[in-house]
Amino acid sequence: MASETLAIAPTGLSTRSLAERLHEWAVTVDHKRLGILYIGYALVFLVIGGVEATIMRVQLAVPNNHFVSPQVFNRMFTMHGTTMIFFVAMPILFGFSNYTVPLMIGARDMAFPRLNAFSFWLTAFGGLLLYFSFIGGFGLYGAGSAPDVGWFAYAPLTSKVFSLGHSTDFWTLGLLVSGFGSIGTAVNLVTTIVCLRCPGMTMHRMPLFAWMSLVMSGMVLFVISPLTAAQGMICIDRYLGAHFFDTQAGGSAVIWMHFFWIFGHPEVYVLVIPAFGFISEIVPVFSRKPIFGYPIMVAATVAIGFVSFSVWAHHMFTIGMNSYANSFFAITTMAVGIPTGIKIFNWLGTMWGGKIIFKTPMLFCLGFLFQFLIAGLTGIMLSAAPFDWQLSGSYFVIAHFHYVIVGGILFAIFAAFYYWFPKMSGKMLNETLGKWHFWLFVIGFHLTFDFMHIPGLLGMPRRIYTYEPGRGWEIWNKICSLGVFFQATAILIFVGNMAWSYWKGRDAGNDPWDAWTLEWSTTSPPPVYNFADIPSVYSRRPLWDLKHPEDPDWKYE
Amino acid sequence: MASVTSLAPTIESPWALPSRGRVGMFCLIAAESAIFTIFVVAYVFYIGKSLNGPTPTEVLELPIFNTICLLSSSLTIHFAIRALRQNKTGLFSALWFTTIALGAIFLIGTGREWQRLIYERGLTIQTNLFGTTYYSLIGLHAFHVIVGLLGLSIVMAFALGGRVKQEHAERVDVLSLYWHFVDVVWVVVFTVVYVVGR
Repeated sequence: MASETLAIAPTGLSTRSLAERLHEWAVTVDHKRLGILYIGYALVFLVIGGVEATIMRVQLAVPNNHFVSPQVFNRMFTMHGTTMIFFVAMPILFGFSNYTVPLMIGARDMAFPRLNAFSFWLTAFGGLLLYFSFIGGFGLYGAGSAPDVGWFAYAPLTSKVFSLGHSTDFWTLGLLVSGFGSIGTAVNLVTTIVCLRCPGMTMHRMPLFAWMSLVMSGMVLFVISPLTAAQGMICIDRYLGAHFFDTQAGGSAVIWMHFFWIFGHPEVYVLVIPAFGFISEIVPVFSRKPIFGYPIMVAATVAIGFVSFSVWAHHMFTIGMNSYANSFFAITTMAVGIPTGIKIFNWLGTMWGGKIIFKTPMLFCLGFLFQFLIAGLTGIMLSAAPFDWQLSGSYFVIAHFHYVIVGGILFAIFAAFYYWFPKMSGKMLNETLGKWHFWLFVIGFHLTFDFMHIPGLLGMPRRIYTYEPGRGWEIWNKICSLGVFFQATAILIFVGNMAWSYWKGRDAGNDPWDAWTLEWSTTSPPPVYNFADIPSVYSRRPLWDLKHPEDPDWKYE
Repeated sequence: MASVTSLAPTIESPWALPSRGRVGMFCLIAAESAIFTIFVVAYVFYIGKSLNGPTPTEVLELPIFNTICLLSSSLTIHFAIRALRQNKTGLFSALWFTTIALGAIFLIGTGREWQRLIYERGLTIQTNLFGTTYYSLIGLHAFHVIVGLLGLSIVMAFALGGRVKQEHAERVDVLSLYWHFVDVVWVVVFTVVYVVGR
């Protein structure tokens, strides 16, 4: 079977009016369009969350600054954190999973296309609800206000007494609604991967990104639900006068912490496991070698998924748990380092002896490997309870988790953009602009987040809106703020690159990277039905088998 | 590119994968279990922590009749689907209706219990931690019973119109999984609230 037979060329599309095309996007149930909607929606929020971060860094660039008021600063860090986790990272990863997983496993769509559309619009509505707080926070009575309780909203800050108006309600309802969307998408992804694989695509032949999407979605079912329950309790407290988190009536503020972090910490792995999936797809293609240690990679992913549910209270070492609990959570946290380390060695093993091609997707993967390693090392430092007592709530922690989320996850997402953009649009992203994007972002990232560790070690607490001169923090904060402008320039180049390449870029063809998974066997962009004939698969690299009939993979697996 | 399919190892045939309805429902049940777990944990955590009365021992009575109704509805729905598989649509409709009736009796029982607690015992969601956790947990479960009853009623409406046939048994079975889940949750809630909590 030749690869050309796997798809029929799309027929003429450009005869419809703009209104018709917008209508098609609004009512679509096609997993590819919904994937692009998720990604586009997340990119808008990435810019918004980035502007909020920039405002904070400008405020902190010099001591005793009055660029924004303390109240605005509180809103900025709350909205920045909430936006970046729930309305950037989650939707962008769901978007890539939505787009690529059915293609990778040889399916024509997700298991429940209408649920897919419903989940996307719920997520979209949740984001709008959160941002509506800027105008509706005090109930549309003059100037509104955004939530200012921090992204983990510790009780009793969320109680009626301390959060007047409706800003906290917008935060709660926004996350509740988008949480239902996430659960819907997770149900859909698990079902798709379990039930819709093409003939021959057994679990041990599935592309690693599909595997990691499966683990991620399985985790979402157990991760988002506790948050949904806890948000429900806040609603019950605020609207019905109940006492879940009301310490005056015997309620507990600490149980909110438990409920939040039983969501909050596995959530990090929900975000990073698809990022691992991107790296596991891209590194082999650009090293011209199959992935090293496929079964171990799958096992390590599942292990991370399980262990991540037993580490949450390492966010709470400073609340005074007993020494057994401290030891338990310190040990489980350190244990996560083992499967993660296995993965890093597997990627290195994949590159070892390969013909490495330094195109932009690979550059971002290399940045990921290096930075994610450092992020993991500071994580091990913070997992030691006594060390954490000293540094919890300081800028060291901020630097650590931004290393994970920006240096790790965001770099992997950029790699995924450069890798799959040709499939989604049919056009290659410009390589020169891509290299500018990469290097400026690397410089900006390291300026901001390398040097952010130091004021943390020097005792600078998170969430302060300004600081006195003379504590030795000034120079480090200045460098951190300087890095932001490199990052912002890089993002502008990235957005410009996508726009320019979409209109003027080089045609990609079906398989610009000479890759091996099924999405590259169909046209770019794929037709609505993905594959004219449902493919059959005999090995982990079905396209390699098609391209090299004299030496197919299934002889060796 | 030459044809390679003839050389390749054969694919197990028929290529059969699990039904997506069942897998999807099991995923939903997993997510719902996590939600219930958090509410149950909150209930257990706050047992005996109320600063004022009334306490569970003073006001709660064992809802034995209610429990029997809800749990037996799991049996009736099971036999309803078995009847549908054997193409006995009349028996299916009768058993399906019984299931709905038993679920409705459970809801009415819960309503009466709440009415008694609110108007005779003065326990509301604002009274104390017991009230907060009790009404939230029981209410969350009752909400799921209502959603289940809506689903069952839609099938009932189709069945009365003669639209539910033997070939729909698998789909109806997916809905019954949800109903069984609601019943299992009640076993947990009953144990926690009426046995452990008293």
